[in-house]
Amino acid sequence: MHDTSKLSSILLEALININRIKANALFEKTFAESKDLALLEEVSVLALKEIGQGWESGEYSLSQVYMSGIICEELLGKFLPMSGVGEKPSPKMAIVVLKDYHSLGKKIVKSVLHAGGYKVMDFGQGLDVETIAEKTVENDIEILLVSTLMITSALQVMKLKERLKSLGSNAKIVAGGAPFRLDTELWEKVGADADGKNATDIIGVVEALFEGGKQP
Amino acid sequence: MMTSFERTISALSHKEGDRVPLFLLLSIYGAKEMQVSIKEYFSRPELILEAQIRMKKKYNNDCFYSFSYAPIEIEAWGGEVIFVEDGPPNSGENFIKSIDQISTMKVPDVRGDKNLARVLETTQMLKAEAGDETPIIGVVMSPFSLPVIQMGFEKYLELLYFHEAEFQKLMRINTEFCVEWANAQIEAGATAICYFDPLASPNIIEKEKYMATGNLVARETIGRIKGPTATHLASGIAFPVINEVTSTGTAVLGFSANDDLKEIKAAAKDRICLLGNLNALEMVHWSASQVESHVKNVIAEAGIGGGLILAENHGEIPWQVSEDTLIQISEAVRKWGNYPLDWVENG
Repeated sequence: MHDTSKLSSILLEALININRIKANALFEKTFAESKDLALLEEVSVLALKEIGQGWESGEYSLSQVYMSGIICEELLGKFLPMSGVGEKPSPKMAIVVLKDYHSLGKKIVKSVLHAGGYKVMDFGQGLDVETIAEKTVENDIEILLVSTLMITSALQVMKLKERLKSLGSNAKIVAGGAPFRLDTELWEKVGADADGKNATDIIGVVEALFEGGKQP
Repeated sequence: MMTSFERTISALSHKEGDRVPLFLLLSIYGAKEMQVSIKEYFSRPELILEAQIRMKKKYNNDCFYSFSYAPIEIEAWGGEVIFVEDGPPNSGENFIKSIDQISTMKVPDVRGDKNLARVLETTQMLKAEAGDETPIIGVVMSPFSLPVIQMGFEKYLELLYFHEAEFQKLMRINTEFCVEWANAQIEAGATAICYFDPLASPNIIEKEKYMATGNLVARETIGRIKGPTATHLASGIAFPVINEVTSTGTAVLGFSANDDLKEIKAAAKDRICLLGNLNALEMVHWSASQVESHVKNVIAEAGIGGGLILAENHGEIPWQVSEDTLIQISEAVRKWGNYPLDWVENG
């Protein structure tokens, strides 16, 4: 039996120092002993969640959050074919950057979801409301993760919600990005179903929405 | 009554002037004032001049802000800018597509770029209007933070952590550009340069990395700018790096609504003037009583002894903030910001 808490502490130390070699060594050793991809996912999610919380409190930086996500995603991708397991059952999800080309937040969220064993379609960046709504409907998306950088695009989430409704889509919207972090009530004002201000909380948010709930 | 310039100098000197200076950093907001599109507004220096004069009067503002939009700098490098109707122009596709490209990059000609020339022309016009009564604030992006819009955040982090030689090369090029651009604005009449460096905040880059990279770049760059600078972290928390930012030689620190006012005031006292820290995004839906309460709180916690310029924490008033809110901010400063702050000292 592995001590997930201890393993995640070791991983966290490697991640915040952007030490890919140390993180890889931990994955190699743990997988050799357990042959359990789910254990690696659990350890990764625990470490990423703690780094995300550390970012909220000012202990860690956005660059550490991003690099940690990338390292975990890469390493889990390496062990996935060896594990013989497929992806987790999950809602049909897509992620997109609304009206902006800055995609760091999108990549962090994707990395965390992948590290947690979830599949998410990537609609890209710089898309307008109409294009996002069409893609959401075409792909039967159930949860749409929308990243924004500017207040102007954050306010367009409201239009997106309305457009999705008019097209008959019941997709739940998780709104994230700087405007939602700086104004903590904004997600409700624009009619989003949840707030993804901390990317590393995304798994909890998605699971709550998948089970029919609201923001946890 | 002091002029805006005298009031600001008092704050910078950590002395109490006649009242706390108010810097509403109004850039795109001028297009709203002039009722023209943002794109047209920034293409015509005479409109910017007129808007800055009107808005100074309307809001009792203590500065002129010659800043247009952040990606104007990358236009000089051949980058793309996207204009929208109701927000700041944004950078488009990254123009540094690969790290290898850095080795062949050259410093753009600041004086020969038509967009930067318009900012210089605007600055000259503002100086002719302001004389020595109103400070004119010019803006540069720091060499350390500019790569976010040159190459995208993800690629930049890869450069920062894993490609030391190319990172240093880009910093050298960006520093030359930044120094040239800042000094051109000073020569045109800017009183001070706002050095936007959001990556200096530990919200974005951990302090140890910043100290080994962006802080060294800031020390060199700021040392070569021929005028005072204000380092602005664009909403990022500032307290954990206040000593390090002060060590760069900058005179002012733009701090965050998320910084603890008491803590940062104590750390800044008599060392660096604070600029902030109203929440520019929450301001969009503040009521009149909330405006007064927020303004009063900042003045109470950070106004004693000077060393405070009241402003929002983002570096630009959002388009969506109402004129009424800006007028209420101005009124609250005049009600609660007059020195001496007896109402604070007497409890």
